[in-house]
Amino acid sequence: MLAVSGLSVRYGTVAAVSDVDFEVPDGSVLALLGPSGCGKSTLLRAVAGLEVGTGSVCWDGVDLSGVPVHRRGFGLVFQDGQLFPHRDVAGNVAFGLRMAGTPRAERDARVGELLELVGLGGHAARRVGELSGGERQRVALARALAPRPRVLLLDEPLSALDRALREQLAVDLARVLRVSGTTALVVTHDHDEAFTLADRVAVMRAGRVRQVGTPDEVWAHPVDDETARFLGCGRVLDAAELAVFGDPPRRGRVGLRPSALRVGPGPVHGEVTARVHRRDHVLLVVAAEGLGRVDAVAGIAAAPQVGARVSLVLDPGGVVPVGQPSRVSIRDRAIE
Amino acid sequence: MAQHRRGLRPAAALAFAAVPLGFLAVFFAWPVAAIVRLGFGSGAAGVLRVLGEGATWRLVGFTLAQAAASTAVAVLAGLPVAFLLARVPGSALVRVAVLVPFVLPTVVVGLAFKALLPDGGVVAIVLANAFFNVAVVARTVGGLWAHVDRRAEDAARALGASRWRAFTSVTLPALTPALGSAAAVVFLFCATSFGVVLLLGGARHRTLETEIYLRTVELLDLPGAAALSLVQFLAVVGVLVVGAVARRRRENALSLRGQAETVRRPRGGEWVAAGLGYAVVVLLVVPIVTLVVRSFAGGTAGYEALAGTGFRGSLQVTGLEAALNSVRVATDATLLALVLGVLASVALVTLGRSRVRPGVVEAVDTALMLPLGVSAVTVGFGYLVTLDALPGDLRTSAALVPLAQALVVTPLVVRTLLPVLRSVDERLRQAAATLGAGPWRVWREVDVPLAGRSLLASAAFGYVVALGEFGATSFLVRPDTATLPVVIGRLVARPGELNNQMAYAACTLLMGVTVVIALLVERLRVRGVGEF
Amino acid sequence: MRRLVPLVALAVVAGCSVGGEAPVDRTVVLVTHDSFDVDQAVLDEFEARTGITVAPRKSGDAGALTNQLVLTKANPIGDVAFGVDNTFASRALDEGVFAEYRSPEADKGPQRYAVDGSGRLTAVDVGDVCVNVDPAALGGEVPKTFEDLADPKYKDKFVVEDPATSSPGLAFLLGTVAHYGEQGWADYWGRLKANGVKVVSGWEEAYTQEFSGSSGKGPRPIVVSYASSPSAEVGEDGKARTAALLDTCFRQVEYAGVLNGAKNPEDAKKVLDFLLSEPFQKTVPEKMYVYPAREGVALPDAWTAAAPLPEQPATLPAADIAAQRQRWIEQWRSTVGG
Repeated sequence: MLAVSGLSVRYGTVAAVSDVDFEVPDGSVLALLGPSGCGKSTLLRAVAGLEVGTGSVCWDGVDLSGVPVHRRGFGLVFQDGQLFPHRDVAGNVAFGLRMAGTPRAERDARVGELLELVGLGGHAARRVGELSGGERQRVALARALAPRPRVLLLDEPLSALDRALREQLAVDLARVLRVSGTTALVVTHDHDEAFTLADRVAVMRAGRVRQVGTPDEVWAHPVDDETARFLGCGRVLDAAELAVFGDPPRRGRVGLRPSALRVGPGPVHGEVTARVHRRDHVLLVVAAEGLGRVDAVAGIAAAPQVGARVSLVLDPGGVVPVGQPSRVSIRDRAIE
Repeated sequence: MAQHRRGLRPAAALAFAAVPLGFLAVFFAWPVAAIVRLGFGSGAAGVLRVLGEGATWRLVGFTLAQAAASTAVAVLAGLPVAFLLARVPGSALVRVAVLVPFVLPTVVVGLAFKALLPDGGVVAIVLANAFFNVAVVARTVGGLWAHVDRRAEDAARALGASRWRAFTSVTLPALTPALGSAAAVVFLFCATSFGVVLLLGGARHRTLETEIYLRTVELLDLPGAAALSLVQFLAVVGVLVVGAVARRRRENALSLRGQAETVRRPRGGEWVAAGLGYAVVVLLVVPIVTLVVRSFAGGTAGYEALAGTGFRGSLQVTGLEAALNSVRVATDATLLALVLGVLASVALVTLGRSRVRPGVVEAVDTALMLPLGVSAVTVGFGYLVTLDALPGDLRTSAALVPLAQALVVTPLVVRTLLPVLRSVDERLRQAAATLGAGPWRVWREVDVPLAGRSLLASAAFGYVVALGEFGATSFLVRPDTATLPVVIGRLVARPGELNNQMAYAACTLLMGVTVVIALLVERLRVRGVGEF
Repeated sequence: MRRLVPLVALAVVAGCSVGGEAPVDRTVVLVTHDSFDVDQAVLDEFEARTGITVAPRKSGDAGALTNQLVLTKANPIGDVAFGVDNTFASRALDEGVFAEYRSPEADKGPQRYAVDGSGRLTAVDVGDVCVNVDPAALGGEVPKTFEDLADPKYKDKFVVEDPATSSPGLAFLLGTVAHYGEQGWADYWGRLKANGVKVVSGWEEAYTQEFSGSSGKGPRPIVVSYASSPSAEVGEDGKARTAALLDTCFRQVEYAGVLNGAKNPEDAKKVLDFLLSEPFQKTVPEKMYVYPAREGVALPDAWTAAAPLPEQPATLPAADIAAQRQRWIEQWRSTVGG
């Protein structure tokens, strides 16, 4: 099990990572999720041993301080692959095995096995310069997995790819991690990607971990306003403000996902100030009386134009309670 | 937490740097300082008088101006050739051909240019200097260009840039580190160019270098020479510092590619660049061919004479023995320079990556370049007044020649290697480390293969420079171990038709040796790690 | 093996090598200029007879040699030096480079060229810088004197070396100073300039590229070179194709002396005697293109015909040359504008 506690990394006077604790049980995948610049990549690099920090990184209870990068047995996949340009596909995948002194026959077999696993069987002799972006990432993944790392560290592994490829590769990556039973730490700014890949998600902001939980929990109960906004809530407000929809008053803060408000016969009126086409609906920004600026959805057919007056109805399924309910934290600890 | 960080630690890097810096201190700084101190020996008055003369500052002005002009011409002529070397298939022969001017003795090239431009003067000086140095630009820039990802250029083209715009806005900035390196080296070579300036400029167009020589050797005016050496030293340091500041932060990580991916037949406007490149190569080759033709002026008499010691024994060695001497000395000098240059480059790259102040790195870098910019006469005389303090009295040792040559070759190795090493993406090394490669293994598995081509190229180039080195060699070499350029210089300075024919035959032999060596390296490059 | 040299050198630098000389080392280091050469058989005979090993150490021309001797006088790089000429002799003597030694051989001719009475420098050979001509290219109308060279008949036919950068160039300037005197030489150069004299920076260019009588077959039939040069331009018929004008010569004398602080002074004296001995003096013309300082030494056949020794060459006292050369060169430059 990988256990990080009290880990901080400073660049001069800037604290990139502050006092971070988390654990990754064997065979599970933890996603470090956060906006760019939140310190998640630095945290990953510190775990790998590429950055100097304070605090501890332990594997199975053994502190890795003083263990250099190349002896940690942690695999790393970069955003843009960083394949060795002077070696072919097989040469890249075999690299870690060569470093470990694996006999040739075993090495070849392992390379073949991994290329099959990532869907690149038959590409062994290809030059890396001839590969597409998605293929490069698959090779990078195979290369990192080949020496059977204790932990696989993935730094934004899919974000350099286009959306369709990203979604497909995310599914493949999840499968590969599951099949190979790999313990992994994934850094990403995309919550869809995090929720697809990870067993648990750690939300980071400004160098600190704000919330750890299963994707469902984090999705359903963001710990604070910022986290709620990061997870796609267009507005976070006091629940009491929703009284304009005629509901009985509630307590606490709530986040409104775009789907929380829908154009329809409802008690709140407003003017459309912007509209964006999404796959199966139209997303509107509405200046609503009594609520201010909110997101709302409408069907593609007969969606209102900018400037139109609309009425809004509330869909309770799109309303997320914000703030840490005690039961969530208890459940989270139970999992750990 | 972990104090072990990526790669080598700065302390180790400094230990690395200590070897080349120590060499520099003993075989360069000490002798030069000793000569300057001697000049001050009779009081600072003589030195101050020279510094106060307007003529001194006109010398400085002309030295820097002719060096700048020569550098500009060499860069302009070298870029299309670099394009050929980097991007056009089948340019191995071009790569070899551009090296040849470098070994030609300055007196022979000077005479050739004087025949071409009988009035000599500034234009002839600038062209002759450029003739020698096109290879520096072509090979240094070509080496990096071969690895620059073509797709960035394609992207710019797709964004609506013309080929020219794509070149100036994408490719040229990517080449800046190599261009800066090459320009610095060429500038120093031109600023200290001696034979050509003396022959083509005579007493009218004098530079600091020729004036130092004349003051020292003809007028025995040591205070004057010391003052000028000091001025030359400061001018060179000044120019190097400006260059270092300009280069600062320009040697960025590039997305490097194997050359096989970037070479292709030129298209459209690229033919213009390729055409210019071939035109420059032809211009370089014409004087060479003229020399070869001239060597046959008396039939094969000159070549037959190579087996002997010249007309009525003008030499103490035969032409063939001189060729062997040249090869031996250049081998020693190159091996030594490679060791020193690689240590220095590794140290500089490691220090550059660590959190050491950039000023320290630049200072080390600049110090390594200095020998190119200081008069061989000053260094040579400096040896005489210092090296007897070392055990074994190296002043009269044959080992001094390769040592002095290594002083000139080492900066070339560093300049060729550094841009490539610096442009290797740090994360590539980190990827190797996470896969289990220790710091040394990372160098072996990542840096060496990626920079291997440049290393070989710099070895070949350094070898050729050592083969052709005349200034320091003629001063230090013993007659029984004379090298080919020294022998050629002696033959040209003697009357008699046979001596003259033999001199030109020896030139051809020297060029032949150069071509053979360069071809050998080309083969190594193709067979070894050099797929990249 | 050769690859070890740099490593060994580094080891030396690191102080790993133990310096130290064999107890009975009879090597004499002869510091000399680039043009020094000796007939191997003659040298072998000397070494065999005396048990002395002569190790020549050549570097640069006479100026570079003198400079080296001056710079290293505290710890000389050799035992005996040969090649300091009369344009540099004063400087070397003033600096105390040479030790006193009057060779028994010096009375057999060399004494004629003595710089001063101290006996620290002994003449070994003399060479004359003279105007050379290519009679064929001049159509037989060959100039004879300095004055002829300013004759419009020879307009644009004469090439000289710059005295600031070339040693024969300086010698020719000194020759005109000796001939016309302090008052008249600048005027003479003014007339040469009006007559189209061409100035180039070095002998190589003047002789091998500009002169019509050399293998370069240049455009100018008159050049400043050496009295001995015609002996190297001998045609198929055995006759010299060029000639030296013996009335335009300036004498350069090359000296040798035992160095102050020589490690092996006794053997150094023997080597100096050897340089003055008949066997060595005999080889001087063939090996170094100069005339022996010793009297009564036979010249080679080619020389007697092509390069007779000028009888009354111009000379100037070494001390005058040392004192005035810089001023003369500067005055020359303002006159000719080299």
